[in-house]
Amino acid sequence: MKLTLKIWRQKNAADKGGFATYTADQVSKDMSFLEMLDVLNDQLTEKGEDPVHFDHDCREGICGMCSLYINGKPHGPQQTTTCQLHMRSFSDGETITIEPWRAKAFPVVKDLVVNRSAFDRIIQAGGYVSVNTGGVPDANEIPIPKTIADLAMDAAQCIGCGACVAACKNASAMLFTSAKVSQLALLPQGQVERKARAEKMVAQMDAEGFGACTNTGACEAECPKGISITNIARMNREYFSAVVSSENI
Amino acid sequence: MILDSKIPAGPLAEKWTKHKFSSKLVNPANKRKYDVIVVGTGLAGASAAASLAELGYNVKAFCFQDSPRRAHSIAAQGGINAAKNYQNDGDSIYRLFYDTIKGGDYRAREGNVYRLAEVSVKIIDQCVAQGVPFAREYGGLLANRSFGGAQVSRTFYARGQTGQQLLLGAYSALSRQVANGKVKLFPRTEMMDVVVIDGQAKGIVTRNLITGAVETHAAHAVLLCTGGYGNVFFLSTNAMGSNVTAAWRAHKRGAFFANPCFTQIHPTCIPVSGDHQSKLTLMSESLRNDGRVWVPATVEIAEKLRKGQIKANDIKEEDRDYFLERKYPSFGNLVPRDVASRNAKYVCDEGRGVNETGEAVFLDFRDAIKRDTRKIIEQKYGNLFDMYKQITGEDPYENPMMIYPAVHYTMGGLWVDYNLMTTVPGLYALGEANFSEHGANRLGASALMQGLADGYFVIPYTVGDYLAQLAPTKVDENHPEFARAKEEVKQGIERLLKINGSKPVDYFHKRLGKIMWDKCGMARTEIGLKEAKAEIQALKKEFWSNVKVMGTNEELNQTLEKANRVADFLELGELMVDDALNRNESCGGHFREEYQTPDGEALRDDENFAYVAAWKYLGEGQDEELVKEELVFENVKLTQRSYK
Repeated sequence: MKLTLKIWRQKNAADKGGFATYTADQVSKDMSFLEMLDVLNDQLTEKGEDPVHFDHDCREGICGMCSLYINGKPHGPQQTTTCQLHMRSFSDGETITIEPWRAKAFPVVKDLVVNRSAFDRIIQAGGYVSVNTGGVPDANEIPIPKTIADLAMDAAQCIGCGACVAACKNASAMLFTSAKVSQLALLPQGQVERKARAEKMVAQMDAEGFGACTNTGACEAECPKGISITNIARMNREYFSAVVSSENI
Repeated sequence: MILDSKIPAGPLAEKWTKHKFSSKLVNPANKRKYDVIVVGTGLAGASAAASLAELGYNVKAFCFQDSPRRAHSIAAQGGINAAKNYQNDGDSIYRLFYDTIKGGDYRAREGNVYRLAEVSVKIIDQCVAQGVPFAREYGGLLANRSFGGAQVSRTFYARGQTGQQLLLGAYSALSRQVANGKVKLFPRTEMMDVVVIDGQAKGIVTRNLITGAVETHAAHAVLLCTGGYGNVFFLSTNAMGSNVTAAWRAHKRGAFFANPCFTQIHPTCIPVSGDHQSKLTLMSESLRNDGRVWVPATVEIAEKLRKGQIKANDIKEEDRDYFLERKYPSFGNLVPRDVASRNAKYVCDEGRGVNETGEAVFLDFRDAIKRDTRKIIEQKYGNLFDMYKQITGEDPYENPMMIYPAVHYTMGGLWVDYNLMTTVPGLYALGEANFSEHGANRLGASALMQGLADGYFVIPYTVGDYLAQLAPTKVDENHPEFARAKEEVKQGIERLLKINGSKPVDYFHKRLGKIMWDKCGMARTEIGLKEAKAEIQALKKEFWSNVKVMGTNEELNQTLEKANRVADFLELGELMVDDALNRNESCGGHFREEYQTPDGEALRDDENFAYVAAWKYLGEGQDEELVKEELVFENVKLTQRSYK
């Protein structure tokens, strides 16, 4: 396969950035998308040009480090992470446009690399159960209905990649935040801090500059892990019931 | 030099309790006067950082990823072992201990392994309390499944994403301490060196991966939780960024490196598809609960299959060789990883491999789907089947999966004593970065167990014992050693940038990987290892004269990061080969072709090799010195491992 690549190049956060065009020939259908970029980078290096920087690590679709906005979609045409996207999803002669995640709360670091520390700060605001190591009850002391445990697991599968933010026209982080709020609101272990958690995490999300949710559903459609927007509905319920009975204000 | 493992005397079951009691304590009010550095935020690092911060120590946590949640523990699929005996199937702490010692082919310490089994039960309690959504039965209690090398069901799991859920649990505990101000987080920061003052670890040198700034950090103790070195093989199931740099630089500062040749080749990975391949993907061992491993009974049928004249489903039952079930009737498809891998290699070497390259065997779910329905199989392994389809383009519900062994885990690592302290006082190694619990082969679902055991339940006691002996005064960062170590790191970076050769970093990494895989991989020979040593030395020379690293230090420079790591892999590779050459026996994942039983099993030599091989760095270009720690077995009898 022979492809034309239009890739966003930006030297650093202060640089304005712009597209550069490259040709990738000898692309095999069995290559992953990132392997295609590896080959390009080796060619650029041999020519003495700066390789394209992009985030990636596990290449198994679970660490959430890879990103890339490919042909107008986060993680490209398939509902999967970029590292799991293979070149068989593209056809010979195609032009592929590759951009970084675009969101005010995810500033570009270099080329296709963005800073997603805002997600860490949302979790730090309350995405945990406050238990210290040791002194906890036996694991089987509190039975949890399988259906509830399964729902919690559905939400807990979020990999924190940020595709939901990149997909959303408002750059909202509601899907990410609601996945953690839901997981812990569903489980008995999360009950004690339930109200405070919803309030604090929502407040942090707003403080980071993420937009509001207008229910377009783009986040769910693009989420590589299929996190459902019912989590957003659950977070809204959690948040409103927390606010009306809040002890914090 | 005599290595003191510091294993407490007394009965096995009382060692840890006694040791905890005799460890010194730091007064609660004094804990805030001690600083601890934790490098790496995987299961071991995140759990250690969170637990130490909860106790009151000031923690600095470092990771090279953009967030601590992305450490490679996240990719562990199958599960975590614990001797809960919730299934009433005969499990106990002693049985988990015994299985682990036997699984490791009697090359691990009894005392460490027993402690691991002992604290395993508390790990599950801790994770559940954090809100980890483990799989449950309809009655609401926790579910278990079986893993290789065990005849009880003791593996707890969260679908095929157990590592993810456990890591996110530890990450949440860590995040809570960041919010409390007890942990200061340094993402996108790579450790480049350890600062040793008067023989004690007092800090580290780091490189900020965004700005390139080389900085120093002082502390009373340094914990390396930096994972394994499987990427020395280039192709492995490790993450792209997984590297040996932190451990290797510590080694060069005086920490002994133990059993480097003990690497685990995992039997169930997706086979290599071409030269462009950047990494290999694991298919969880849990699949061997229901999948049956087979190849065609004859070379002729296998040839037809490889040419595409027939399909797997066309092959009749009597023409299939379920070789693991045939050779090991009592463990069947659930033999330990080293045994399963080696047997897959044997049948492929015979010419019975099933894909185009001849390096693959089938893992077939046809019978399980017939027995349990597709829906049940989907519930158990849905995400793994999807992943397989995504990567290969084949549907494993319709056609059997094709799998082949790949490098997955490294049992070797920095030598540590019972306190997890390396040979440098104040420098600790936890999780995969150390060598201690798995002997020559790790059992499935035991890596997660070890990482969390070390971080949650061992280090909080043992680091306290060390800190209690130090004065609660700040470590002076103005000590000249800090400036010296920093300057050396800067020089190392400049040296790489100046070469300006003609080949990209991956060119060297791929060649190193091929040498290691061919000659220090699943099967090793004296001749091959000697060739490998010469080849690595030549490659290292070529690297330092012809590698091309683009860009500068003062920016995000992924090529420079990689060049730094590959430089260390080149040195480590040689030590692995030396270690494999020294160990004139076969045990676990270390298989020397010269030493095997008539039916091709690993032939140990307990009389001469029941020791830990710890290597001491002597200087650039010099062969390292071997220091032996004899293994003492007071409770188990050393026998030929049998899974028949």
